[in-house]
Amino acid sequence: MRSRRLFARGALILGLVFLYAPIVSLIVFSFNNSRLVTVWDSVHSPTLKWYGTLVHNGQILDAAWLSIRIALTAASCSVVLGTLAGFALARFSQFRGRLLLAGMTTAPIVMPEVITGLSLLLLFVALEQLIGWPRGLGAVTIALAHITFCMAYVTVVVQSRLTGFDESLEEAAMDLGARPATVFLRVTLPLILPAIASGWLLAFTLSWDDLVITQFVAGPGSSTLPMVIFSKVRFGVTPDVNALATILVLIVATGIVLSTIWMRYQQRRRERDEQLAAAANL
Amino acid sequence: MSDPNSAYVSLSGVTKRFGDFTAVDSVSLDIRRGEIFCLLGGSGSGKTTLLRMLAGFDTPSAGTIRIDGADMSAIPPYERPVNMMFQSYALFPHMSVEKNVAFGLEQEGERREQIRRKVGEILELVKMSGFGTRKPHQLSGGQRQRVALARALVKRPKLLLLDEPLAALDRKLREHTQFELLNIQQRLGVTFIVVTHDQEEAMTLGTRLGVMNHGRIVQVGSPADIYESPATRFVADFIGSVNMFEGQVRGGTDGAGAYIESAELGCTLRAERCERLTAGATVWTAIRPERINIGRQPPAQSGGSAENAVRGTVREIAYMGDMSIYLVQLASGRMLRVTLPNITRGAERALARGESVWLSWHGSSPVVLTE
Amino acid sequence: MRLSARTGRRLVAGIPILWLLVLFLIPFVIVFRISIADVRLAIPPYTPLVSWHHGAGHLELHWDAYQFLFTDPLYVSSYLYSLKVAAVSTLCCLALGYPMAYAIARAGPGTRPLLLMLIVLPFWTSFLLRVYAWIGLLNNNGVINNVLLYLGVIRQPLALMQTDFAVYIGIVYSYLPFMILPLYANLEKHDLALLEAAADLGARPWRAFLAVTLPQSLPGIFAGALLVFIPAVGEYVIPTLLGRPDQLMIGRVLSDEFFENRDWPVASAVAIVMLALLVVPILLLQRLERRQLGAQ
Repeated sequence: MRSRRLFARGALILGLVFLYAPIVSLIVFSFNNSRLVTVWDSVHSPTLKWYGTLVHNGQILDAAWLSIRIALTAASCSVVLGTLAGFALARFSQFRGRLLLAGMTTAPIVMPEVITGLSLLLLFVALEQLIGWPRGLGAVTIALAHITFCMAYVTVVVQSRLTGFDESLEEAAMDLGARPATVFLRVTLPLILPAIASGWLLAFTLSWDDLVITQFVAGPGSSTLPMVIFSKVRFGVTPDVNALATILVLIVATGIVLSTIWMRYQQRRRERDEQLAAAANL
Repeated sequence: MSDPNSAYVSLSGVTKRFGDFTAVDSVSLDIRRGEIFCLLGGSGSGKTTLLRMLAGFDTPSAGTIRIDGADMSAIPPYERPVNMMFQSYALFPHMSVEKNVAFGLEQEGERREQIRRKVGEILELVKMSGFGTRKPHQLSGGQRQRVALARALVKRPKLLLLDEPLAALDRKLREHTQFELLNIQQRLGVTFIVVTHDQEEAMTLGTRLGVMNHGRIVQVGSPADIYESPATRFVADFIGSVNMFEGQVRGGTDGAGAYIESAELGCTLRAERCERLTAGATVWTAIRPERINIGRQPPAQSGGSAENAVRGTVREIAYMGDMSIYLVQLASGRMLRVTLPNITRGAERALARGESVWLSWHGSSPVVLTE
Repeated sequence: MRLSARTGRRLVAGIPILWLLVLFLIPFVIVFRISIADVRLAIPPYTPLVSWHHGAGHLELHWDAYQFLFTDPLYVSSYLYSLKVAAVSTLCCLALGYPMAYAIARAGPGTRPLLLMLIVLPFWTSFLLRVYAWIGLLNNNGVINNVLLYLGVIRQPLALMQTDFAVYIGIVYSYLPFMILPLYANLEKHDLALLEAAADLGARPWRAFLAVTLPQSLPGIFAGALLVFIPAVGEYVIPTLLGRPDQLMIGRVLSDEFFENRDWPVASAVAIVMLALLVVPILLLQRLERRQLGAQ
């Protein structure tokens, strides 16, 4: 028992080092003065000069702004569609197209991105030929593509939350006279709101992050942040990308750490309440 | 509906199939206004499915359900004059006690002060007045049960469905709550339909019981009817404990009852109360453990060989406090269960393991069952 | 206006079904349709499905792209290489991920959420930037080589970049959470009393593990392996940034056919064949997930 646990612990530590070493090195070298990112220039470092160049890089700022707008749109739309799909899958026992919907919501998650990207691009081209819409490729087609693969993730999150909670809550609401729409708005929705929120965040991150599908459907005019980064790093390392990465990593890390702390606080308070209630059992 | 004895809830031929599985099998049943009807059965007997069809969560595959004369087939749960108390209580975790109770009234679009008054009244009735602002997770099990009851009663339904209302409470609390439930039912005059697997709960709560097995109602009657005159071997065995013997009917039925020969028992059984039986037919005779006398001497009237008396050896004694259980082995090897109340405190008349004893019973005690 | 419950249900299920039909399923039909067209210099750059001669329609079915795919060794070797890379990476992910998931599942209830957060956190940061970080580590004058040179372990920098090794590292690194999470979800549910029972019956720890824990965790292993294997086959970014220039993975081939050669039919055929290779693993994964949801 001992040896196995020690082995597993060791692997865990090794794995965490493996996961974090690249990120740490990325951050460290963002303060390096040298253009040769990985050779530490101990005379002039640490420096914030790459952060300075970043602020004046119009291409990166434009791309970041486009990415944010697309990610906001994609996250918001995919949350609506994904919640509908997750609700249908979790709550409607049998309906026509159930297997189809179940299949179409899990497949995009594992589908190689080149295939999804190519197929969406060919769809948009065919649509334009047929009905004249969308006119050319750009932000609209990127957003449509992102909504499609993001909603798959939201569906899974919402569906698993709904399968996890007691269906008798919804039945109780109906029994007390609430019509299906009221049941959803007053009982189901507030209860799955945390899942929807994390689905939204997940969708935002995925959209913000996507490169391959976006490259297919972006067209020549619009470049998202990942596309700009990719074109820069394709032929080697550049120090301003390190600075950009550091900023992004810090934002995400702060968000995740804060939300984890908040969730643990809520959990603790709840446990304390439950203990008090049990102690006062009369 | 002027006749108070007419059926308030009426089921006819109600059947529910899930694929190949028949959960409820053509149940027909009338429930009267103001009574507490207990559906009693083991798990998988179909009692919960029947309750869910009454509430409208499941639709019958066949048959009709009428409540107060109206056909419920096309009525969704939110339009039925029925409320339900769920086994899990199903309190909305994100709403306070008050909000939970007010939920049903809000659906009716009642005025706010009226809602507040009704919520206050009903919380008072279930003795939860001070807890209005608490969230469900801040309540103990017993408190949650009372909030669930208040929420189901606040709309003053004519019919309340209760799914295992006491199952989640511990033993002490259960007894107390049971009487409180009866009290509230009488004060409000609501018709209760209670689903339970606990026969004790069913006996104390129910004015009538319906015993279910394999999706069918096997017997309907008052608690005493069901206990004293079970209709089938299943019911006899399911309610309380019973000693059951297979035997053949000898001769016919005469003025003194029927005579049954049972090799297992080793004596002739005389059963005073029974239906007309055909001679030679195989029947089963059930005798409750507390209806059997146990003693060292042969019973007064039998000369040692007559009917309704056998000899046996005490094999096991279990002292339960208020009573003792004796397992007595007969000559055939069959074990018989006998219970005696411990009326006196001393142990001077106590039987010992291995002692030879006489068992006897009155002719009115055996119940003869043909199925 | 009040919708009937039935109409409401139809809308709830119908809207996402319609969306996915148009933007997920129909596109595959279009891809297939273009894979059986021929290239031409026009917009769009492929032949139509039906051509008109003398008032009569002729179906234009060209299987040239597929023929090309199976005769040109470039494509066959790319497919095989992609399958090999995906398989090896999946095994490496499993070898590293299983003990990690096991350690998290057996950690104290207080530290478990923290460890899970540490596993998931990189996943929330940019995938592209995390792959990029490895360039800085693996380069000839990168961190690893510099450290090894400094320590005197090596005299010449090791050629780590643009190798199979770099691709494996990149894939394992990027997909590790997909392996760990389903494994953890499975291992966490195990009843530890079973291991105690096995120990009580005289099984040594490793035997108890092999006889009790491992068979029970098979669904987790399969789910994790499929979640890594399927997207890894079509991986584009990792081999492009870290991999060999002389041996392309099929995702890169597809992209090059499309963007560089502008040969839409061949690119489509490449996609269709890749899809055909992945259909069985995808269906397996879906069956596994359905069963898991059913078990809840």
